[in-house]
Amino acid sequence: MSIEIKNLSKKFNEVYAVKNINFTIGVNKTIGLLGPNGCGKTTSIGMMLGLIKPTTGDIIIQNKNINTFERNKLLSIMNFASPYVELPKKLSVKQNLQIYGRLYGVNDLSLRIDELAEDLNLKDFINKKTGELSSGQKNRVSLAKSLINKPEILLLDEPTASLDPDIGDYVRSYVQTYKSKNKVTILLASHNMAEVERLCDSVIMMKKGKIIDQGTSKEIINRHGRANLEETFLKIVRSEDEVA
Amino acid sequence: MRWHKIYALCLRHVYLISNSLPRIIDLIYWPTVQIFLWGFISKFFTLNSEYYSNTVGIILTAAILYDFLFRVSISYNIMFLEEIWSRNFTNLFIAPIKLSEMIASLTITAVFRSLIGLIPAALLAIPLFGVSVFKIGLPLLALLFSLYIFGVTLGLLVTAGLLRFGPSFENIAWASLFFLAPLGCIYYPVEILPLSLQIIAKGLPLVHVFEEMRNILLNGTVNYFEIFISILISIAYFVFGVIIFYMAYFGARVRGTLINMGE
Repeated sequence: MSIEIKNLSKKFNEVYAVKNINFTIGVNKTIGLLGPNGCGKTTSIGMMLGLIKPTTGDIIIQNKNINTFERNKLLSIMNFASPYVELPKKLSVKQNLQIYGRLYGVNDLSLRIDELAEDLNLKDFINKKTGELSSGQKNRVSLAKSLINKPEILLLDEPTASLDPDIGDYVRSYVQTYKSKNKVTILLASHNMAEVERLCDSVIMMKKGKIIDQGTSKEIINRHGRANLEETFLKIVRSEDEVA
Repeated sequence: MRWHKIYALCLRHVYLISNSLPRIIDLIYWPTVQIFLWGFISKFFTLNSEYYSNTVGIILTAAILYDFLFRVSISYNIMFLEEIWSRNFTNLFIAPIKLSEMIASLTITAVFRSLIGLIPAALLAIPLFGVSVFKIGLPLLALLFSLYIFGVTLGLLVTAGLLRFGPSFENIAWASLFFLAPLGCIYYPVEILPLSLQIIAKGLPLVHVFEEMRNILLNGTVNYFEIFISILISIAYFVFGVIIFYMAYFGARVRGTLINMGE
């Protein structure tokens, strides 16, 4: 599935959270969305999920406009994970996966839950209440929920935030493996530059609601004459000038 | 509407209740306390009031019916608030479900949640106070239906408020039913109200339900027209509630509040 964002803007009161952004994510590609806090990443993801109505512009998923096409049909092939969005704490991991599996109309749900439990090492705590899990475990459960419907489009908002390096690496490796086995288009919003360099085919840099640069990590690094993406990010964020 | 999705949404609340003994106790505890409280008040009035002298338990029956309305409305609100409290709101609203399916699941689950508390309480009133709400007979089902629809409507309006104003609207959720209680004429006839308030009160289904309940218990006759009117008014409010809920949802999409609800 491809995603095309055309002249997308969102204005809250008189302030633009996102201003006239354009980009395309090709089929089976991973794009990293980078930018400082408040630059419009979450608003952009919210619009792509249909949670926020754009002020202007279009989101086109596989030639279907999300604003005019039946929203639920598009949502059934998409999913989303974020450490800031949780699953009901009083329900067990299995119960949560059962509910979301049913909501996404997953066939052979028990089999799918078993697969995810195996792949993401959930077996030891599958019957435990989600609220009783550690952040690392919760994160894997959240990822399992986001993969329950084998999405063709996966939106990940800081998927490894607040994880220790070991679990963070585990999640990144899993996303890489999953992508190699399944056709999935991924949009990854992150503050972890190494993660973006490792997982993403290309990168979009946002600042104050606008896209200020885009390309592969290498291209962006070279363009700004820095050694790595982190230094490039800092240069862009601290600079007053905007790159065309 | 797809029933398997409604079932899944209901299942979430069934799991929530069945996983927690304190929640089950909480559901039964308050209606039972109400029965005890109003049972003793009812007994006192029965012994000391001419108006109630020939009908034992009229107040207790009113208390049971009002509690049903209260439970339906509060259940609806709590189930919606649970999604905000657990920060599950975004997950739910990005799942491929329609608003109508969400409303249907809350409406269905609210009645079961309410009956878990109410049935033991209503049964308890029979041996303890010699009062049976079932004495109303078949019209009881119609009266409960009217209260159920109106309770759901209040729930819809409060949840619309939560969508519009965010979790800070939670306090209104708890107080919502008390705003209408004085005009509902639950424990007293409508004639007690000043004339101007009587006109307003008659625009609520509650007056028709509780007036008819008293009519059945005091006179032993059933005015089906009054019951019909109460259901009709409840349905009209329900349609209004659904419209407001949809408007609040679309407004929340414009304001972008759906994505950070509960944070």
